[in-house]
Amino acid sequence: MTTETLAPVPQAAAAPPGPFREFWGYFRANHGAVGGLVVVIAVLSMAAFANVLAPYPPDLTNNAAFLQPPAWQAGGSWAYPLGTDAIGRDILSRLIYGARLSLLIGIAVVALSIVVGIALGLVAGFARGFTEIAIMRMMDIILTLPSLLLAIVIVAILGPGLMNAMLAVAVVILPHYVRLTRAAVITETSKDYVTAARANGAGTLRLMFSEVLPNCAAPLIVQASLGVSTAILDAAALGFLGLGAQPPSPEWGTMLADAREFVLRAWWVVTFPGLMILITVLAFNLLGDGLRDALDPKLKR
Amino acid sequence: MLRFLLRRVSLVIPTFIGMTLLAFFLIRIVPGDPIETMAGERGIDAVRHAALLKEYGLDQPVIVQYGIYIGRVLHGDLGKSMITQEPVLSEFATLFPATIELAVCAILFALIIGIPAGMIAAVRRNSVFDHGVMGVSLTGYSMPIFWWGLLLILLFSVQLGWTPVSGRIAVLYDVTPVTGFLTIDSLLSGEPGAFKSAVMHLILPTIVLGTNPLAIIARMTRSAMLEVLGEDYIRTARAKGLSKVRVIALHAFRNALIPVITVIGLQVGVLFTGAILTETIFSWPGVGKWLIEAINRRDYPVLQGGLLMLGIVVMVVNLLVDVMYGVINPRIRHASTR
Repeated sequence: MTTETLAPVPQAAAAPPGPFREFWGYFRANHGAVGGLVVVIAVLSMAAFANVLAPYPPDLTNNAAFLQPPAWQAGGSWAYPLGTDAIGRDILSRLIYGARLSLLIGIAVVALSIVVGIALGLVAGFARGFTEIAIMRMMDIILTLPSLLLAIVIVAILGPGLMNAMLAVAVVILPHYVRLTRAAVITETSKDYVTAARANGAGTLRLMFSEVLPNCAAPLIVQASLGVSTAILDAAALGFLGLGAQPPSPEWGTMLADAREFVLRAWWVVTFPGLMILITVLAFNLLGDGLRDALDPKLKR
Repeated sequence: MLRFLLRRVSLVIPTFIGMTLLAFFLIRIVPGDPIETMAGERGIDAVRHAALLKEYGLDQPVIVQYGIYIGRVLHGDLGKSMITQEPVLSEFATLFPATIELAVCAILFALIIGIPAGMIAAVRRNSVFDHGVMGVSLTGYSMPIFWWGLLLILLFSVQLGWTPVSGRIAVLYDVTPVTGFLTIDSLLSGEPGAFKSAVMHLILPTIVLGTNPLAIIARMTRSAMLEVLGEDYIRTARAKGLSKVRVIALHAFRNALIPVITVIGLQVGVLFTGAILTETIFSWPGVGKWLIEAINRRDYPVLQGGLLMLGIVVMVVNLLVDVMYGVINPRIRHASTR
């Protein structure tokens, strides 16, 4: 059913922009968001072409160059532009390979969380009654506990490691997607188009996935972008506490944990991994804010 | 009002039960039984194993075990640490003031800077100051605070030598704990220099822990102020001839405060999350560091008890914020009794 038959437009001016053009128009006006997008693309290409861009393999040690300072400092050389760590590994190469891990973490965690979250949210929104209460109470409990604490306890029980850390972070950010989906479902199901679809004989599954879900997409996309930044930050924190990716993996948080004891004599091993986390997280947050402004119809005025 | 209170308090009960379920069953997920896990690689002989199973009530059906657990929790018994053999609750009670002291300082730091910054940014919308505040705030929000702490140590402790690297007070002071808050205890002790030492130790952890809440509070204050400044009653107050300062400070700010209070309440969870990292970096002897050490030593009763206690604290604070919110704003009170 389309709305074309409603009212003939008398003198049609220029054709209205397509949905993507319209979105891009709003998005482009937000400089921060565009900057965020550029950085995200840069980090993505760093991850994709890590083996081409990185001067060395991430685990290659050099006995002749322990804790060598960055190139511009006395004692540094351009062979290791950002210096080396305590066992002579090139920091730049490890940072570049680390982009793979951080993006993998961010995207995998959000993907898992969003799929489970949408499923639970749809069930809660459509089923109502006891099922809804049980699901939403569970989400409230997860939200009540300090997020990193819950993640830490989950990892402590499942055992440290990248997979378990990702699982723990996915659990911690799950409630946002469940709540968003359920709220959107409840708003949408009372609208006429759903009633019409139902009157036409659409089953619950069809209503869920092809009628209601596409109309809840905007807030979920925004939350997904912001969720990637939370996931990267929390996974790095777990890595820093020794509960996430394990050494010698070049995960940025794990690199920081390794570097902690050298904070007094080698500033570069501590500074650069954290800077990468900050820049990446900041970029995803800027992107998320920009998406929200461009997709939220309430702000489009 | 009474109905609102009862309704709100009754909502806490299922959350509490859910939290005990979570704390109880999380430990049960550990592969193998808890005794074997705690024994670790040393192993344990069968007789001692059976005796310990009985001692911890692990030979009972799970439902019975949960019943016993709940009964103990309600009597304030959270079990004993596997390492120190001290009751978990008393260890928690000893360490919690250190965390509270840090958290209170951090939230004060966030409020004292965040609220004025957010207000000025809103009043001077789109000025350089506004863009600056928003940029700094987004950076603070994206900051990996464990790295931020290391950077501050690098700059202020290592390069400049202004602040100590770790701990709560210099070891040469022997302050008797009265309140558990060292800034107060050191004043009470009357030892010269003790208070200054306690404050110097607090500065960096406060900044690190306060960074995230500061960013969130500044952003929230700005957007709440912007919304209020667009209201008709602000224009009316200005038209009446009230000065701009008076309108902003009294009329606008008071109304903008409601969403800000909610956000402050929500920061409790953020603060505890941050406290775990901050305490680890600065060797601050609070519950966050205690929990991380418990993980490294596989001290499950401490983990279980600590999770439950922090959950309860967050729950109670959220309840208080909700009730306060209802007191301030009658619309909330009536909407929820309907």
